[in-house]
Amino acid sequence: MNNTILRVERLSVSFATEKGRLTAVEDVSFSLRRGETLGLVGESGCGKSVTALSIMRLLPRPAGRIEAGRIMLENTDLLRLPAADLPGLRGRRIAMIFQEPMTALNPVHRLGQQVAEAVHLHRPELDDKAVGQEVVAMLKQVRIPEPTSRVKAYPHQISGGMRQRVMIAMALAARPDILIADEPTTALDVTIQAQILSLMRDLQAETGTAIIFITHDLGVIAELCHRVAVMYAGRIVESAAVETLFRSPRHPYTQGLLAAIPRLDRTPKAPLATIEGTVPALDTMPPGCRFANRCPRVMERCHLAPPPLVEVGEGHAVACYLYS
Amino acid sequence: MSAPLLQIEDLTMHFPVRGGVLRRQVATVHAVDGIRLSVEAGQTLGLVGESGCGKTTVGRCIVGLYKPTAGRVRFDGRNIAGAGAGELKKIRRDLQMIFQDPFESLNPRHTVGEILGEPFDIHRIGTSADRAARVQALMERVGMDPGAVDRFPHEFSGGQRQRIGIARAIALNPRLVVCDEPVSALDVSIQSQILNLLLKLQQEMGLAYLFIAHDLAVVKHVSDRIAVMYLGKIMEQAPAETLYRNPLHPYTVALIAAIPEADPFRRKVHPLLGGDVPSPLNPPPGCRFHPRCPIAIQRCREEAPMLKAAAGGDHLVACHRAGELRLPDTG
Repeated sequence: MNNTILRVERLSVSFATEKGRLTAVEDVSFSLRRGETLGLVGESGCGKSVTALSIMRLLPRPAGRIEAGRIMLENTDLLRLPAADLPGLRGRRIAMIFQEPMTALNPVHRLGQQVAEAVHLHRPELDDKAVGQEVVAMLKQVRIPEPTSRVKAYPHQISGGMRQRVMIAMALAARPDILIADEPTTALDVTIQAQILSLMRDLQAETGTAIIFITHDLGVIAELCHRVAVMYAGRIVESAAVETLFRSPRHPYTQGLLAAIPRLDRTPKAPLATIEGTVPALDTMPPGCRFANRCPRVMERCHLAPPPLVEVGEGHAVACYLYS
Repeated sequence: MSAPLLQIEDLTMHFPVRGGVLRRQVATVHAVDGIRLSVEAGQTLGLVGESGCGKTTVGRCIVGLYKPTAGRVRFDGRNIAGAGAGELKKIRRDLQMIFQDPFESLNPRHTVGEILGEPFDIHRIGTSADRAARVQALMERVGMDPGAVDRFPHEFSGGQRQRIGIARAIALNPRLVVCDEPVSALDVSIQSQILNLLLKLQQEMGLAYLFIAHDLAVVKHVSDRIAVMYLGKIMEQAPAETLYRNPLHPYTVALIAAIPEADPFRRKVHPLLGGDVPSPLNPPPGCRFHPRCPIAIQRCREEAPMLKAAAGGDHLVACHRAGELRLPDTG
């Protein structure tokens, strides 16, 4: 399908640890279409950020290693791209924003200078004056109040929400095909998060950039995404259109997760549904389904081999033996 | 009616900001500015607000970690604000705290058994054999395997560590536990286990909680009453269900509207609030919320509204235009 811009195929990633080489991401496949927002959701350690870093070729080396798989950006396998081509990939075709923008911004340079650098890098034909105008226009686009005076501010002089806006402006400077957003609103207060989510939705409508949105928060997924893949312990356990996933989740983990969220419209002080137990550590991953030790519907065969991701409805795939 | 277990009156906490070579005070952080709260025995008061609103400072003033600038903290009728070490030690049996990051509040060089035995040592309760049995019972009570008694905090997951923090807090059968963001560092599936544990312990032991958190959905789930804080002031206080069904303060309305719901059919399209929270170094005059309030009028810029009863006696709100901003329909 030529509507697909990125295809991750059977990606496996391992890390060198004190306990030997451990698989952090195993057999992960998904695709991203032009102009859509795909949510990658899961709890800490599920492999969602490692997947994103693999796409950006930003895995820490030599600890992190791609064991198998392909990442196809249109017809190019990003995993085979020579190092010399990486600057042309990062920022230009795929840009990324992170949870804590303060660590990504240079604290001793003024904001305008940093955004100008991004503009200059990607549009070298512009002269200084044109770059300056572009910087102000970009800050205005991400709804930063008084952009002409803000260009002189240093990162510590603006709020966390404002810093994330600057990061978004820089990420979009090169008009990338894909924006990877790794927990971009997790460190923000809820009223500021609402502003950033609304901004991202509007910018996507304007620019058509495809977004991979990584988060642990199912509420944010429901708010922003078109499609979603749920990850657990390094594997995708379910993927579907958001409406389908929230209305008829099929994997026991997805069902448990949705039931465990405290919601405003539920009766106060009633016991919440829980998922008992904890995620197995990377060095004690079972040979079968990784959710088996916590699953309320576990069967004998779940312990033998990992269940494959199979289609259970249009665009709805589940990795669970209840359905295959 | 008997007096509430905890009563806070006009509590104010200002922190000096020092600067220059002489370390002179150059500014003041108005963290908490004259608030009034009460917690009934066996009940939960939720205290909700965004970062910098002063909610954590309130909790720390109550347990004696800060000496408030002004105001009273009455526990069981006695004013304990600024109490000395001796008096605090006595109060600590009845008044305990659970922190956000259990790892930072647990001594990494002590085993679980030592950590949980400490309260009994400090207060000279029971013989050493007796203490071992008490520690075992505590671990069982919070859903931990007593076989793990000789392990160290780093050997446990975040959820298990929070169970240790809770076990330590309830060791001496307290009457009030201040919970400061007890689940915000935890994953959803673990968060619900801990919330259920807190609810169970409250029922079994008749505990009262002051539950401090930024997540209104979590707060509403555990609370009988909720107080909403913004920039050091209480904006609204009401029974949990009332606050959600009939919020009267525009900030409460905006807070509810900003929470992303796990339902793609009820998307929040437009954020109600623009701008950022102003600095507590220099809080705005009049109502502290007025620079961000979508319905602010001239009066709000000049005159700080008092917290007063509205719609029945148990719903308090501090707003000149209470009830005029409604929750938008979601679509």
